Amino acid sequence: MRRREFLELPTKSMGGVLLYTLAQAQQTVRVPLRFFTTAEARVVAAACERIFPSDESGPGATEAGVVIYIDRQLAGPYGRDKYRYTKGPWVDSSPEHGYQGKATPKEIYREGIRLLGDLPALPEAEQDARLRAIEKTAFFQMLRRHTLEGMFCDPLHGGNAGMIGWQLIGYPGPRMSYREEIDQNPGEAWRRKPVSLADMVGHLVAGQEEEKD
Amino acid sequence: MQRLKPVDVVIAGGGWVGLAMAKEIAGRTPLSVVVLERGPARRLKDYAAGMDEVDYVLRYRMMQNLAEETATHRHSAGQSAVPIRQYGSFNPGTGVGGAGEHWQGLAYRFLPDQFRLATVLREKHGRAKLPAELAVEDWAVTYEELEPFYWRAEQMMGVGGKAGNLRGQIVDGGNPFEGPRSHEYPNPPHKQTYLVNLFTKAARELGYHPFPSPAATLSQTYRNPDGITRSGCAYCGYCVRYGCMIGAKAQPTNTLLPLLVKRKNFTLRTGCSVRRVVHRDGRAQSVTYVDEVGAEVEQPARVVILASWTLNNSRLLMLSRIGDPYDPSTGKGTLGRNLTHQVGAATPIFLDRPLNGFMGAGGLGITLADFDGDFGLDPSFGILRGGHIRIASGGEAPISSFGRIPPGETEATWGSAWKKAALKWWDRSASITSEAEHLAYRQNYIDLDPNYTDKFGDPLARLTLDWTDHERRQAVMAEKVQETLAKAMGARAGKPARRVGTHYSVVEYQSSHVSGGATAGTSPETSVVNPWMQHWRMPNLWVIGASAFPQNSSGNPTMTILAMAYRAADALVDRYLKHPGALA
Repeated sequence: MRRREFLELPTKSMGGVLLYTLAQAQQTVRVPLRFFTTAEARVVAAACERIFPSDESGPGATEAGVVIYIDRQLAGPYGRDKYRYTKGPWVDSSPEHGYQGKATPKEIYREGIRLLGDLPALPEAEQDARLRAIEKTAFFQMLRRHTLEGMFCDPLHGGNAGMIGWQLIGYPGPRMSYREEIDQNPGEAWRRKPVSLADMVGHLVAGQEEEKD
Repeated sequence: MQRLKPVDVVIAGGGWVGLAMAKEIAGRTPLSVVVLERGPARRLKDYAAGMDEVDYVLRYRMMQNLAEETATHRHSAGQSAVPIRQYGSFNPGTGVGGAGEHWQGLAYRFLPDQFRLATVLREKHGRAKLPAELAVEDWAVTYEELEPFYWRAEQMMGVGGKAGNLRGQIVDGGNPFEGPRSHEYPNPPHKQTYLVNLFTKAARELGYHPFPSPAATLSQTYRNPDGITRSGCAYCGYCVRYGCMIGAKAQPTNTLLPLLVKRKNFTLRTGCSVRRVVHRDGRAQSVTYVDEVGAEVEQPARVVILASWTLNNSRLLMLSRIGDPYDPSTGKGTLGRNLTHQVGAATPIFLDRPLNGFMGAGGLGITLADFDGDFGLDPSFGILRGGHIRIASGGEAPISSFGRIPPGETEATWGSAWKKAALKWWDRSASITSEAEHLAYRQNYIDLDPNYTDKFGDPLARLTLDWTDHERRQAVMAEKVQETLAKAMGARAGKPARRVGTHYSVVEYQSSHVSGGATAGTSPETSVVNPWMQHWRMPNLWVIGASAFPQNSSGNPTMTILAMAYRAADALVDRYLKHPGALA
């Protein structure tokens, strides 16, 4: 068994709820990692932050805890391709046949992270340049997609901490009914403080990433 | 292999067709009926806890596990195929209820002339003017023959809509191009949203005939003729790719299963993958399957019904060596021919005002048939058949809907400038979509792959399928209409999300309406099953589903599949059981 790796995050940067309740406390939380090493998590977190930055338009990947989402996905069945057809022969094909490679998402990340080097140490402009250089790779496409997922997923998956991503766009979360609202407010935004799936059903819900073999 | 006690009827597949057949047979006769479903049981309470985009939309939690079984694809017969390794152009379901659990609930009927398409095209264009490779055929049934069965399926589900043709009388507000209906829909249409109202107004101004998309997501509380009561849709938006948490969307588990579980002559076995139909001297003897603990089991039966997903119906026949595989070079053989999909087109649109697009239902929307079938074809495109144009408030999910940006705003796809633009346009974009008829061609077919196998080591189905210039022109014409509608709505049209490119792609979602392979017809020379879905060579084997379509029509196929199943069930119960043998 490998040594437990943790990612230390300042609480003030982690999610809306923590942000509101612990704004004064300059503490850190130690989040146990399931797949990444601490160093890898830092590289991925830096890359996600450039993809979906925290800026004048609102919070970004760091506040949403996107790297935690990605870590859990990669450690779960998705990361090891439990739901992808992985029998050979492996042959290259046309773009119309999609990704035909042997590497699992885990392996794609491990290799991709190596290409990024010590990303967190670079100034933002150089981080962007390094990411632009790999924009066309399967790794970057996956990283970009996963960043969005970690921004706007249900918090049960470890991203969208404090539903900060949903607050950012005005998504109200899963709700039982819009029977009264569906044909009202034409052209006017209907916005509510978001609820999570756990809030709605009244118990914690485990995502597929928790599935054991 | 464990050999079980014989039963009267064994059904492979527990989706719409399998459970509808089981309900008709087990409900109307004392015969013992066993349904074998490869996937798990489904429960309503799982669906409330399943309102999660990551697992259900992005990770396809309700679909077949492709690691265990998929299909392979190639563009033409000379190439070797590669497996469809991850989900893309279509989504086969698994589990009790099958794809009928996570469907959109769009409940169209096909147009009358789609059932006699070969004749229609010949009469209009002359045989010589049609492409030589065209393999279009008349169906084994007519619209008029299917009408009572469509009505039975609509009542069972409680479809909501507005008739446009009541017994020949054209009714304002419905689809004036549809075939005559014997009855108004069982329920009124859904409430409509700001988005679909804008579309409706624009379409009317352009002189088109928009009508509410017929929806199997209930518009109000409804009790069906079987005595099943379900509540009206709550527009929660967790609809397509999800099971309905309140049972408002008609699903096999909330319309058919509750009746079946009360029947002592009905047995459902989950986790059971059927691998072969065992046959001797022109009669099906049994099916063999692997059960949930991995044991091999043989279930003898007097009647065998294949009701699995389209491709699997054909594949099971091929693996069981029933029928002659189709050979495109000679045109001989019937099994696997006439593989079709659908011709999709979609234009993103951008509006000035927010849409609250997260509210909605799969069936909530507006359709026009002004360019469907033979109607409204623009001669400059030189196409033989058109398709539906529609818009839906289907319930936008936050991850999938984020990042739509109109042309000219920013070229970036990540970073600050992109984020700012994406935030500005989130909840102000939608899509006008279209599904056109896919004609059958000699070169598109299904056979068994020589290189790739499923988890049991059985060969996968191999799809040989590509677009022709006809489908590309169909898509371009649909996009032109979509752009016109977008402008009339006061919206900005984005670059069409071209689904019909130079070649068929398994990457982008198209629709899950794959069809053909075990077609129904009036002659054993050109089809696999007869007009009652009975195998031509094996009267106690019935093969039912979209596998029987000789070519695909423009609408969603579920109602037509169910209508054909009900017609088959009547023939089986009322005629075959009294005099077992080939029906004529």
